[in-house]
Amino acid sequence: MKEGRLGKILSVFKGKKGGLISILQRVQEEFGYLPEEALSEIAVFMGLSSSQVFSVATFYAHFYLNRRGDHLVRVCQGTACHVRGARNILETAQYKLGIKTGETTEDYKYSLERVACLGSCALAPIVVIDDTLYPQITTKKMTEILASVSDCEKYEGTELRKR
Amino acid sequence: MSPRQKAKIETPESLERLRESILAQERPDAKTVVVCCGTGCLASGSHDVRESFEQEIRAQEPDGDIIVKKAGCRGYCEHGPIVVVEPESMFYHCVTTGDVSEIVSESLNKGDSVERLLYEDPATGKKCVHEIDIPFYKKQRRLVLRNCGHVDPTDIQDYVRFDGYQALAKVISKLSPEEVISHIKESGLRGRGGAGFPTGLKWESSRNAPGEVKYIVCNGDEGDPGAFMDRSVMEGDPHIVLEGMMIAGYAVGSNKGIIYVRSEYPLAVQHLTTAIAQATDLGLLGDNIMGSGFAFEIEIVKGAGAFVCGESTALVMSIEGKRGFPLPLPRPNTSVSGLWGMPTVLNNVETLACVPVIIQKGAEWFSHIGTDKSKGTKVFALSGHVRNTGLVEVSMGTTLREIIYDIGGGVRGSKRFKAVQTGGPSGGCIPESLLDLPVDYESLAEAGSIMGSGGMLVMDEDTCMVNMARYFLDFAQEESCGQCTLCKLGTRQMFQILYDITKGEGRPGDIEVLLELAEAVKAGSICGLGQSVPNPVITTIKYFKEEYEEHIHEKRCRALVCRQLISYRIKDYRCKACLLCLKACPVDAIIGAKWQVHEIDQTKCIKCGTCMEVCPPKFKAVECVSGQEM
Amino acid sequence: MSDISITINGLQVKAQEGATVLGAAQKAGIYIPTLCHCPDLTPEGVCRICLVKINNKKKLHPACRTPVQDGMAVVTDDAEIERVRRVTLELLLSDHDFNCLLCSKSGSCRLQELVNRIGYDESRLNRLNLVAKNLPIDNSNPFFSFNPNKCILCGICVRTCREISGVGAIDMAYRGYNMKVSTFGDKPLKGSVCVSCGECVERCPTAALIPKEELFPTRRVKTICAFCGVGCGLYLGVRGNKVVRAKGDRISSVNRGGLCVRGRYGYRFIHSNSRLSSPLVRAYDHLSSSRKINETENQDKPLTAPLIKQKDRFVEVSWDQVIKYVASTLMHYKGKQFAAFSSAKCTNEENYIFQKFVRTVMETNNIDHCARL
Repeated sequence: MKEGRLGKILSVFKGKKGGLISILQRVQEEFGYLPEEALSEIAVFMGLSSSQVFSVATFYAHFYLNRRGDHLVRVCQGTACHVRGARNILETAQYKLGIKTGETTEDYKYSLERVACLGSCALAPIVVIDDTLYPQITTKKMTEILASVSDCEKYEGTELRKR
Repeated sequence: MSPRQKAKIETPESLERLRESILAQERPDAKTVVVCCGTGCLASGSHDVRESFEQEIRAQEPDGDIIVKKAGCRGYCEHGPIVVVEPESMFYHCVTTGDVSEIVSESLNKGDSVERLLYEDPATGKKCVHEIDIPFYKKQRRLVLRNCGHVDPTDIQDYVRFDGYQALAKVISKLSPEEVISHIKESGLRGRGGAGFPTGLKWESSRNAPGEVKYIVCNGDEGDPGAFMDRSVMEGDPHIVLEGMMIAGYAVGSNKGIIYVRSEYPLAVQHLTTAIAQATDLGLLGDNIMGSGFAFEIEIVKGAGAFVCGESTALVMSIEGKRGFPLPLPRPNTSVSGLWGMPTVLNNVETLACVPVIIQKGAEWFSHIGTDKSKGTKVFALSGHVRNTGLVEVSMGTTLREIIYDIGGGVRGSKRFKAVQTGGPSGGCIPESLLDLPVDYESLAEAGSIMGSGGMLVMDEDTCMVNMARYFLDFAQEESCGQCTLCKLGTRQMFQILYDITKGEGRPGDIEVLLELAEAVKAGSICGLGQSVPNPVITTIKYFKEEYEEHIHEKRCRALVCRQLISYRIKDYRCKACLLCLKACPVDAIIGAKWQVHEIDQTKCIKCGTCMEVCPPKFKAVECVSGQEM
Repeated sequence: MSDISITINGLQVKAQEGATVLGAAQKAGIYIPTLCHCPDLTPEGVCRICLVKINNKKKLHPACRTPVQDGMAVVTDDAEIERVRRVTLELLLSDHDFNCLLCSKSGSCRLQELVNRIGYDESRLNRLNLVAKNLPIDNSNPFFSFNPNKCILCGICVRTCREISGVGAIDMAYRGYNMKVSTFGDKPLKGSVCVSCGECVERCPTAALIPKEELFPTRRVKTICAFCGVGCGLYLGVRGNKVVRAKGDRISSVNRGGLCVRGRYGYRFIHSNSRLSSPLVRAYDHLSSSRKINETENQDKPLTAPLIKQKDRFVEVSWDQVIKYVASTLMHYKGKQFAAFSSAKCTNEENYIFQKFVRTVMETNNIDHCARL
């Protein structure tokens, strides 16, 4: 099944120059991360050595080689967020989720990540969970948000609401 | 809304006809509710606000034509969601869904303003009805951001209404490529990405370079933490970027444009994609644009999360599908041999956004704005401990003091100003004594900072400069590509030393080592990242050496920031055992119970200060002390 | 190519067009320290050790990749360059696992050479944070091991694998301080597509890639690799009476110094105890009187005389006996009934005679050779 899904993505890129990064992005969108077999197959498709594909995939911060959690919690550590206490927010998230930055909880529910800047500096500090942006976070809000996200988990399909 | 034009625009005249027909369809009594739908306002709930406007208008059925329009960022994100009622241009901030009904009944029906939603000038206490009355906007001069917040970014017709694509029409019908280049040269436009290379010269060398294919690459990889002007332009006015690129393409002789956008900006990608599709539909992109024979197409490439890819050669590597390693010297200029070895013009979003206005209003007009060597305006992302945060566009040469105090409203609360950091991790910290520095490429460089992409971070007395330097070096060592020894190991080493200093483990002589490392990394690194990331260290040592010395010799952080040098404690004689801090502590570090005085478990405490914040002012039981006093 | 003239440190130097500043300086006997430079590979200029000043410009250029231009003024040494070099070297050392006394690269280590040339001061080095990386050593390859703690990330191995071997088994993975030389999926070398040619080991400037169990030779012998028909030029390093190392002959027009896994590491068969140095023949009755040896009992003893096998046992026989036996057996076969296979380890003359024998005496063209891979 995997092969079919991968082949479909690759066929779009047939005959295109470069584009390794776009392929990796598409494959990750499809699988949620970059499975090793997919990387080897991409290497064959691109006519590159597999180590070269691995090297590109590990260079960029957005590519993951392991399965990620269902919810991606990204805590902005940009300058503006930093001076308004983003480090405390990150540590609160680490404590509440019981994982370190870059890790995924054992039940594959959450992945925690720090990001350099999300460009919403005026609303610092920022947290983004999946695609929802939470502005002007405090440690208290962070705790509440994580609780509300896991609450929503219980009712599958419920849209995650902010605030 | 105006009827959709399906037919392609085949001549510059038909573009003008389209604009006139759009204007003609607007009823003079029509009112427009402009809801800001930039990332910032969306996060504050502007999507819901817009929907409830539509509902409310259906329910209340006010007189006349009413259009609810979404627009891009107005730069005053902290006061979002922002709603403007046109044509009176009544400016409402912090609008919630609960306020919508009142705005509809008061402003749309009766034409009155809703007093309580207006911005109040903190200095005078006066309410500001219009945007221009607000001190934040008063001193700004908006060229790049002129359409942001006014034009609907997802509707090309609205852009055409605001004179969109007129510059392109003028260029391809009246000017030769050489004339366009000389216009840009005369205007004195310099790259807004940081280094400030004259744009006209760049175009010219690309035009003269041999190559079957030439590329126009728009650098939207705005990686500097604390800068978000490119995001706002791409989100709020995507067509201006396309127009700028097309003019560049015409001037250089290129038919292929690529926009490299950070993938952290999903809305920008979405709006740009829509804009490209709409422009293609109208025949403004594609073959034979407006009957001139000029062809141009634009593709979007998403970044994959590497700060170094903002550097020109690394960006090219990244588009080619390689690791984002910058090319060491000697290397050909990207404008001569860039993407796939072909001449490539690489311009920043803001630079390209300046192009249409230069063409429309003339090079001379543009060159009168700004200073002798730095022409035009510059957008800054004002953030940090300043009252008004957001995007600020000012003429070059405006002083830092004007930006921070007149526009930014000064430092928040009752704190004192300490420093302003410009240019993100590549820039430096400028102290209060230099606040009258005019903002232009040369002056900032002289002060040890850079213009950079335009981040401007204001710091108050509660900011520790050593910690700030550590923060920037942490970022630098994380984002260093790892190719060259000096940057890879030098930034790491500087970070380690700074980290030790903030932990109270600094050693005498550390300052000298830091300076020596910084100078070597600056001199010997391959790319702009390595050459500029030591700036925060150099400038903080230059202007705030005494803070370093306090950390090293006295193990004291005067701003009470460096965690290992401070501790929070609860004064048992003041604690009323109210459980507030105990519940609020994010890491459960407070021990106690009802009727039992609370205590902080220092091993668990992350020193976030939440307990101090929640402790009721009348108790004042929590205090923060320097480590030495423990 | 015409000569152009440049000045290095104020000296007039003739250089060939297309040469690099480094090449011109070396030719003129002016020392510029290098680390990531390798004459066989495209220069990358990443180690920043060879930085020089060109035409008094502010930005420093790596000498290894800067082409000479007529009238160019190069400064290879001044206070600023010296300072940058010194800091670069100190940074490299701060990140390096240096126990030189116990390191088998000692003496031929390029990093060590730089320390001697540029000089270092322990008190200066101690001001830095000396980081012990303590990454796991990859011993999976049978011929060499990879110690990332001694790696200076010059990229020579990666370029070698890509440009010389064309294998691409390794590449730089991860980024910044975490960057490392890695196979696909960061797995042990043994599980990768690495062909163990050892070209990278040969070029590694430090002890990051180092052959296993290699003794230092006392003299060397020029020879030709006996493994296949290519005929690569080879130097065998000899210690006592033992071959302990093989190195490609750079002068040889066949391989220009390159070797494959067999040429470089295959010499160990020479002193192998289980090596056969005499022919084996299946037993026949009237030889049964010869001395019998038990194969299983004498595994460690090299075989020095022809053997015949009799009921799972080998019997030592003399060459005369064997030749007689072979001749008498071959008498019964001719033409298509016969086929022969010869070895690359024989000399050309031997192989010539053998094929002549097969074609004329045995009257068949059924002859092949192991080098026809």
